[in-house]
Amino acid sequence: MTTTDIETITPSRRLELAEQVVSAPQRSRQPLSWLMALVYLLLSIGAAVMVVPFIWMLLTSLKPASELVQFSFLPKNPTLENYVSVLSTNSFGRWYVNSLIIATISTVSVAFFDSLVGYTLSKFEFPGKNLIFIGILATLMVPTEMLIIPWYTMSVHWGWTQGPAQYWGIVFPGVITAVGIFLMRQFFEGVPNELLDAARIDGLNEFGIFWNIALPLVKPAVAALMIFNFIGNWNAYLWPLIVSSERAYYTLPVGLSFFRGESITEWEKIMTGASLATVPLLLVFIIFQRQIIKGIALTGIKG
Amino acid sequence: MKLTLQRRQIIWAYIFLSVSLVFFVVIRWYPAILALGISFRDWNVFKGEGPWVGLANFQAIWEDLFKPRSSVRAAFLNTFKYVLLGVPLQLTLALGVALMLNQIRRLSGFFRAAYFVPFVTSFVAVAFVWNWLYAPQIGLINQILSALDLPTQPFLRSPKQALPSIAVVAVWRSLGFAVIIFLAGLQQIPEMYYEAAKIAGANRWQMFRHVTLPLLNPVIVYLAVLQTIQFLRMFDLVQNMSTDNAGGPLKSTTTVVLEVYKEGFSSYNMGYAAALTIILFLVIMVITLLQMRVLSRRIEY
Repeated sequence: MTTTDIETITPSRRLELAEQVVSAPQRSRQPLSWLMALVYLLLSIGAAVMVVPFIWMLLTSLKPASELVQFSFLPKNPTLENYVSVLSTNSFGRWYVNSLIIATISTVSVAFFDSLVGYTLSKFEFPGKNLIFIGILATLMVPTEMLIIPWYTMSVHWGWTQGPAQYWGIVFPGVITAVGIFLMRQFFEGVPNELLDAARIDGLNEFGIFWNIALPLVKPAVAALMIFNFIGNWNAYLWPLIVSSERAYYTLPVGLSFFRGESITEWEKIMTGASLATVPLLLVFIIFQRQIIKGIALTGIKG
Repeated sequence: MKLTLQRRQIIWAYIFLSVSLVFFVVIRWYPAILALGISFRDWNVFKGEGPWVGLANFQAIWEDLFKPRSSVRAAFLNTFKYVLLGVPLQLTLALGVALMLNQIRRLSGFFRAAYFVPFVTSFVAVAFVWNWLYAPQIGLINQILSALDLPTQPFLRSPKQALPSIAVVAVWRSLGFAVIIFLAGLQQIPEMYYEAAKIAGANRWQMFRHVTLPLLNPVIVYLAVLQTIQFLRMFDLVQNMSTDNAGGPLKSTTTVVLEVYKEGFSSYNMGYAAALTIILFLVIMVITLLQMRVLSRRIEY
């Protein structure tokens, strides 16, 4: 395999494309035609299919149990009783905090280490560089599922499945990511060497050059990486499910999954739990949708 | 002794890499080798390291593949079905939506956001929302069907309908991501190609067939591989949507990763589970290498 495959798109082109995805298309004005009407109709139907499930979830969570049997779209006697009951009998608050802690730790760590390694692989010459590069690249092919059994035996061995160490147990596999390293490496390629040399002559040490000169120049890529990583970790399920053994250390998806097991037919309660788990994220998305979609485009575009 | 600039650079590089090198060796490479080792052993977490059994775990999987009622046989067949059903559906819908979004000016931001919304929510929450939509009699979809005088459907409770019902939700959840990647791909096609085609008198279909589709080919291959790997790793939705035991009804929805979870973490038959993950790894590796072959043959325009 060659590394040239990863570099067919320059970082600035990548940024430009991501920006274009979220900005209005620049095509010439089209007159209203039957075809455009059909396009709008199809898009509206599709959008309804995407959004109605969430609306239905929210509406159900506001209904008393008796209203689920007779069909009506809107609740006749809207109530917050389900929320009071679910919040008082479950640890949703705690699971929130857990998910927030875990997603924050991994995101900050990924932003720092992926940038640092990407920078080093881009701007330094040292023996073993190619070996290290290929060694990191190769890990991309190994699915996490293959690693969970060894990770679990390691976690049991080191006591990461008990008590507060479970936070570390959940977070450790994701504190550095190969995908992020390659993204950052590509963006640092676009930072001119002359700038770094000038800083060297000014007497700045190498870490200072990375932190004060190079890193600020690739801010959009760091932001995109952080968004991508935060969403991924917030929603992670299989590994947290395996490694956390105590209810108090469940993340939101794991807690939600066990919560369903306990109230299997009480749909209004389950939808309340699902609403509690999704609404804050949906609000964040609605506010920052432009930045989030741009970030996903930036990290997801094939290089 | 004064260090030369070059030597100082080498030392800095290794300082910068140190933590990450330890991470990749201890958390990525060593466990990968360990997984291979475990797959050759009769391993149980609680008893510790088990005896070396050679290829016995792989042989057991091979034999299970030919037992008509075995879960592993069902898991491999189902995983295959998820991929065959999910990937083409995902790509076709996403390309269609991206092409339409690329045509409109008004409300394009709104539509883009609407298609992307499910991608930010967790599979678990999504699973429950759809369980409720699919619910017999009182679920929204069956309510609509009966309002239209159509027969109500069992969906997740039927061994025939459960797998497609779950595959549809997987497509729904990640559609927005594929749309965004297609939109970025469409932006890469220079406008002049369309203008040239227009001058040559091409109609919309011809432009799509002879300009858009071939130029979008690398993006299509890339997304197809990405989505294939996603569907090969199906777990979250299946575990939270299947009825009568995880993977049911009648093993009709179980997947390879679900069997890994059950064998490894319910029956604690870790050797067997590790062998399953090695097979999954080999399949993913073959697909990734094939993708590299296909993409390196990229045509320059």
